[in-house]
Amino acid sequence: MNTKINIAGVEFKNPVTTASGTFGSGAEYSELVDLNRLGAVTTKGVAHIPWPGNPTPRIAETHSGMLNAIGLQNPGVDVFIRRDIPFLRQFDTKIIVNVCGKTIEEYVDAVRRLSDEDVDLLEINISCPNIKEGGIAFGQDARAVEAITKIIKDHSKHPIIMKLSPNVTDITEMAKAAEAGGADALSLINTITGMKIDIHKRGFAIANKTGGLSGPAIKPVAVRMVYQSAQAVRIPIIGIGGICTAEDAIEFIMAGATAVAVGTANFTNPYATVEIVEGIEAYMNQYSIKDINELIGII
Amino acid sequence: MSIKKITALVNSQKELSEGIYSMWLSVGSMAEEVKPGQFISVYSNDNSRLLPRPISICEVDVKREAIRIVYRVVGDGTREFSKIRAHDSISIMGPLGNGFELTKEPAILIAGGIGIPPMLELAKRLDCEKTIVLGYKDALFLADEFVPYGKVIIATEDGSAGIKGNVIDAVNVEGNSAKTIYSCGPTPMLRAVAAYAKENHITAWLSLEERMACGVGACLACVCKSKEKDHHTNVNNKRICKDGPVFNALEVEI
Repeated sequence: MNTKINIAGVEFKNPVTTASGTFGSGAEYSELVDLNRLGAVTTKGVAHIPWPGNPTPRIAETHSGMLNAIGLQNPGVDVFIRRDIPFLRQFDTKIIVNVCGKTIEEYVDAVRRLSDEDVDLLEINISCPNIKEGGIAFGQDARAVEAITKIIKDHSKHPIIMKLSPNVTDITEMAKAAEAGGADALSLINTITGMKIDIHKRGFAIANKTGGLSGPAIKPVAVRMVYQSAQAVRIPIIGIGGICTAEDAIEFIMAGATAVAVGTANFTNPYATVEIVEGIEAYMNQYSIKDINELIGII
Repeated sequence: MSIKKITALVNSQKELSEGIYSMWLSVGSMAEEVKPGQFISVYSNDNSRLLPRPISICEVDVKREAIRIVYRVVGDGTREFSKIRAHDSISIMGPLGNGFELTKEPAILIAGGIGIPPMLELAKRLDCEKTIVLGYKDALFLADEFVPYGKVIIATEDGSAGIKGNVIDAVNVEGNSAKTIYSCGPTPMLRAVAAYAKENHITAWLSLEERMACGVGACLACVCKSKEKDHHTNVNNKRICKDGPVFNALEVEI
């Protein structure tokens, strides 16, 4: 049985990675999860300098979902390079570094400083709904997506994955723009902007007022967007959005995803990633599928 | 691998006072690893509730490999837990957080409301002279269980038992000579305790609370402001679930 997949020339032992922001840089979860079992670890977003993030409360549970507005708290790329890359390199897994920024210069600064580092892929977050400037602003306009993709591609020695926002009218325009800008792959979807009001306190449930909705509540939207994007572009897609089980993961793969990222499910079940790896193998056995690549985009 | 997610068998559950429940859980080898002040993540059996509820550990019975949680019903998740009966099972992860450092010198334990439960195991383990100040809105719970471990002082907001007023009022009435404070309770109470400790040059250990998702320090949902740069992000944000929940009052801004 072959579970290996390929994203931009990087071979993953299986199609399962983590969704940025839900797994830190792997260290905290390594007490619970054998990171060697994962196709790749996608890190928490890292910027050119440390970011303090948003005020608390930063999260709220919703029906089959959760809202978050962490605000991309991160230690900055220097600490990340010194501490987190050597930690992850101890494991037999690929490293996808998620990069965030507020201006093009900030993205470029972080990307350049990662250039000579021993990582496999960069995932560029142009879709965070929780920071006031930059981020999502780059991800909601097709011309901006193409322009920033091109600039980052020019400065990166690593293959780049553009992480797209679902908070757009037509996801295929953004997917095509990223491909036109030279993206090696796409990740979708980031969270959907949402809001929750505490009627007893008569206030917003999270300090940022709005937050990004994740979890099983958004899965059908994500599957639809992966499917539409897979029809529109030729570059590989990492499918994200409410994946909790192997069945969910296979749904995304059939919709056209080459790999999948597990996010909020880590909070519900810290063993979710490895259980999904095992569940995909069980499914392949059940249907006598010799190669996972046979399933990509079959519907 | 000290943190584990397990399916725990419920040994017993009872309501101590209105909306306050006490549950004993069989947790196997986890029991002997627990330090007072640590907590567990308790997972819902309902798939629509994704996030575990962080609940402090009230007591440990190492011999029976069991832990006890005492919690208040505040929403749908804790309401679901309150309906669990003996012989049912429930998923938990733990032990989480740092727990209290134990002192040998005279100590005062100051707790309010649903911050009271973690103080019970602390009171049991502290091998020193102790005063235990417990603050309630009205109805008491757990108060009698503290009696074997030290001098217990009760404060109630409505004056129905003990001193009428809050925990600081009670401390002021009774006087205090302890050099270490251990405290858990609502944030306004912890602020008052931190101020009292500063004024009287006493070391205070505060157990904080915030909404959590992962429970292991990865998601950065449950941060609090810290005076020093934190070692994780370098931005004066400590993670309550991982770096806490217990902090020296001087290291955090609450």
